[in-house]
Amino acid sequence: MRLVARIRAGDQQAMSELYDRYARVVYPVALRVLQDAAAAEDVLQDVFLQLWRNPDAFDASRGSLAAWLAVISRHRSIDRLRQRRPETDIEDCVIAGGTDLGDETERALLIGKVREALAEMNPDQRKVLELAFFQGLTHTEIAERTGEPLGTVKTRIRSGLQQLRAKFAR
Amino acid sequence: MKTHEQIADDLVLYALDELRGADCQELQEHLETCSSCRRELQQLRGDLGLLALSSSGPQPPARSRERLLRSIATEPRGVSLPQAAPRRSLWAALVPAFAALGLLLIAVLLTRNNTHLRDQLAELGNRNQDQSVQLARLNQELRLLTSPDAVHVSLTPQKAPKQPSGTAIFSPSQKRMMFMASNLAPVPEGRAYELWIIPASGAPIAAGVFKPDEHGNAMMMDHRMPEGVEAKAFAITVEKEEGSDKPTSPIVLMGAVG
Repeated sequence: MRLVARIRAGDQQAMSELYDRYARVVYPVALRVLQDAAAAEDVLQDVFLQLWRNPDAFDASRGSLAAWLAVISRHRSIDRLRQRRPETDIEDCVIAGGTDLGDETERALLIGKVREALAEMNPDQRKVLELAFFQGLTHTEIAERTGEPLGTVKTRIRSGLQQLRAKFAR
Repeated sequence: MKTHEQIADDLVLYALDELRGADCQELQEHLETCSSCRRELQQLRGDLGLLALSSSGPQPPARSRERLLRSIATEPRGVSLPQAAPRRSLWAALVPAFAALGLLLIAVLLTRNNTHLRDQLAELGNRNQDQSVQLARLNQELRLLTSPDAVHVSLTPQKAPKQPSGTAIFSPSQKRMMFMASNLAPVPEGRAYELWIIPASGAPIAAGVFKPDEHGNAMMMDHRMPEGVEAKAFAITVEKEEGSDKPTSPIVLMGAVG
């Protein structure tokens, strides 16, 4: 992954190219979680600065940079929402058949496919994924919110993710 | 012991960054030994990546770009290079081979710690070869140094009396140390030299006893450094043969770290 290699070498120009390519991935996730443009902008800064400070946190051989940045953005947004310190480092973010998704067209195709998969999903299942991922509710909180048994919530999350995966399996 | 089902649930929570405390630690330990769970975690993160990408769309405000570029321009590079081992002072009459040996050790340690290796797979092969050569050379030197018939010759100004000297080499990350000395005076029957680590705070810590050979040379190879001790200096004194808990005689040699 050339861009990350250049960032590793301290190339600031590479960082601005990276921003141009991926800000539209990082920012919307933060905005969706935080529902606040200023806070989402802070997360956007944090996520890119984190990559600038420690490019080795991302292992290019093991996944898609776009997906990695999107997941980091989600995690940092939830941390902010809950006012807690970040804990987990993630290195890998492998999308079945995925590339680094730096290309807008390629990304648009993929996003279309994801949205399609979500639309095909049972609404209850989709809701649980939304609560767990974008609202950062724990399984217990989701069970309270939806009135479903904890076991059902866990199953819904797992099978929801599996459905998403299946859509992309070759 | 958790069931397969519980581990699968924990993996989802972990990927969601929601697993905390003992469960989190337990899962991390499990991940170290279970490749199928590592694969599943990687997949789950990919799934979450897809989910995250589904919300792509809104553009961040234009000022955001400027703000980021300003920040990185003022930030020092955060490349996580391995920390160099602290420099250690060497005694004046140090045998040059010892210093070379130390540098060689550090070079090998640094190379092994290099976090960029994964990105330089092509280079890795060559480097490994270099390392093997270096290690082979290092082994050869160690064999020479530890050989019972090795003759140590210290060169000093002609009329000056031979001064005792010593060298301690240690690596905080490896928690190992070695010590070498030359021109030591013989010790009386029942007595031996004892090496002390002098920590930044607290009493000296005993680090082994040794007797010099008939030429006054001595060497302690591959000793463990005590846990959690930040060595400020090393010293040797003459103590009873089995070693003392604390130094009881004047310091024969001493050297500060760094």
